[in-house]
Amino acid sequence: MNAELRDHLIKALDKGIRFDGRKPDEFRKVTVETDITRNAEGSARVKIGDTELICGVKMGMDKPYPDSPDKGNLMVNVELLPLSSPRFETGPPGLEAIEMARVIDRGIRESGAIDVKNLCVEAGEKVWGVALDICTLNDDGNLHDAGSLAAIAALKSTRYPAFDGTEVDYKTHTDEKLPLSAEPIEVTVYMIGSHLLVDPTAQEQECYDSRITVAFSEDGTIVAMQKGGMGELSIEDIEKMIDLALKKSVELRKLLG
Amino acid sequence: MGNIKINDRDIVVPGETLAEGMDFVPGFGTYRDGENIIAKNLGLSSIRGKVIKLIPLAGRYYPKNGDVIIGRVQDIMLGGWMIGINCAYHSMLSMKEGTSEFIERGADLTQYFKIGDYVVTKVMNVTTQKLVDVTMKGPGLRKLQGGQVFAINSNKVPRVIGKNGSMIQAIKDATGCQITVGQNGFIWLKGEPAKEIIAREAIDIIEKNSHVSGLTEKIKGFLGNQVK
Repeated sequence: MNAELRDHLIKALDKGIRFDGRKPDEFRKVTVETDITRNAEGSARVKIGDTELICGVKMGMDKPYPDSPDKGNLMVNVELLPLSSPRFETGPPGLEAIEMARVIDRGIRESGAIDVKNLCVEAGEKVWGVALDICTLNDDGNLHDAGSLAAIAALKSTRYPAFDGTEVDYKTHTDEKLPLSAEPIEVTVYMIGSHLLVDPTAQEQECYDSRITVAFSEDGTIVAMQKGGMGELSIEDIEKMIDLALKKSVELRKLLG
Repeated sequence: MGNIKINDRDIVVPGETLAEGMDFVPGFGTYRDGENIIAKNLGLSSIRGKVIKLIPLAGRYYPKNGDVIIGRVQDIMLGGWMIGINCAYHSMLSMKEGTSEFIERGADLTQYFKIGDYVVTKVMNVTTQKLVDVTMKGPGLRKLQGGQVFAINSNKVPRVIGKNGSMIQAIKDATGCQITVGQNGFIWLKGEPAKEIIAREAIDIIEKNSHVSGLTEKIKGFLGNQVK
C-alpha cells in the first residue's frame, strides 16, 4: 500500500472529487450484454469503465449431495486470470478469487434466486447442477460488483439444454428458462479515511481501509453481506454504507432490463 | 534492383512487406525476412535514403538506453530494487545506482525505497537478454513524493511533451500542477485536486487526438475555457 497515494486521494476526497473527476458516489459507465457465447446455457459480459469480465452458466446432470437428496447443486467459481492484471498469477485460486466467488454465491443462494428444489429430477439420484464461471478480462477495480451483476444477468438468460431422461444434449437449447425467484444485486462500498465511495478504480482499491459488500433483492431486503479490509467500522458507518449501497443497487438493477 | 512497396508516411500494419531487395536497410520497427523488409508494428512508414523505418502508433513501451522513465518499486532483492516500468521486462536498480550514500552490510533497504514507491529513473543498459538496468544518478532523477501516477500509451509521449516541451508547459502553466512525463507512458501529477482533473483531461485529449495538427493551440483553448 502506498501511504502517500492514500493521503493524496483523501485530500481530493475532502473536496468531494476523485482522480478521474467522478463524485465519490458515482459509478463509471456500466454496460451489460447477455447471450455472448454459443456453448454456455447462459452468459453475460459486464463492463464497468475499463473493468471487464464474462460469466457463463453451464447446466448438467449431477448426483445430489447426501444431505440434500432433493435439491439441485449451485456452484460459483471465479477465475482471476493473469491477463487481466499483473497482480494475478496462474495456479489454484487465491484468497481474492475464493472470497469473490463465495460472496457472489452467497448472494444468489441466500436470496433464494434459484429454487434448488425445482432442479431435482429424481430424488437422491439425479439433479440439475448449475455452475457459474466468472472470468476476468481486465481489472480496473470493482470486480466484485461487476461479477455479481454478470452472474445474475447470465442466470436471467439461462435456458435448459435438451434432456431426454438419460443424457443431456448440449447442442440443442430448449426455450425453457431457468426460473429465478429473486434477482440479488451486490454493491460494495469502500471506506478511505472517513470517506465513503463506490466503484473504485484499481488505484483507489489499493489504498482503502475497509469495505462492505451488501446484496439486495428487488424490494431492498438485505440478503447477504461481507466485510473486508483491515479498518474497523462503527455502527453508524455501516448504516451509512448500507444506505449508499441500496441507492446504487437500484441504479444497477435498471441495467438488467 | 529492389523496389519500395509503400510511400513515405503511409500507415502500415504488422507483417506488411515494405520493400523488396537487398538495396534497402531495415531500421527501427522493421526486420528483414529473406530479401524483404517487413513491418513489426502498426505505424507510419518513413523512408530516409536506403533506410526504411517505422514510427509506431501502437504497442507497448520498449526500453532504450538513456530513456528517463517513471517506475514503481515492486520488490526488494538482496542487491537492490526491482522496478516495474510498464513494460514486459522487469528492471533492476542496483544498490550502487540507487543512492550515493554508504549502505552498511545488512541495512534495511526500505529506508531508501519502499515497495509501492514511484521513482523517476533512467535506463542505463538493456542487455540482449532483455535485462534492464536503471539508475538514480543524474539530474532530475528522484523519488516522487505524493501526487498520483497514471499510464498513457507510451507512443503518444512525444505529443504530450510537445516541441521543446511546449505542450506540457502549457498544461503546467494553466493548472499550476507539477507534472513529470516518463518515456514509458507513466505520468506523475501533483497539484490542487480540481486542477489535477483538468490536467488529466487535457492529457487524455492529447492521447486521443495525437494525429491532429495544431493540437497545442487546441489544448491551450481547452485549458483557457476550463481554468477561469
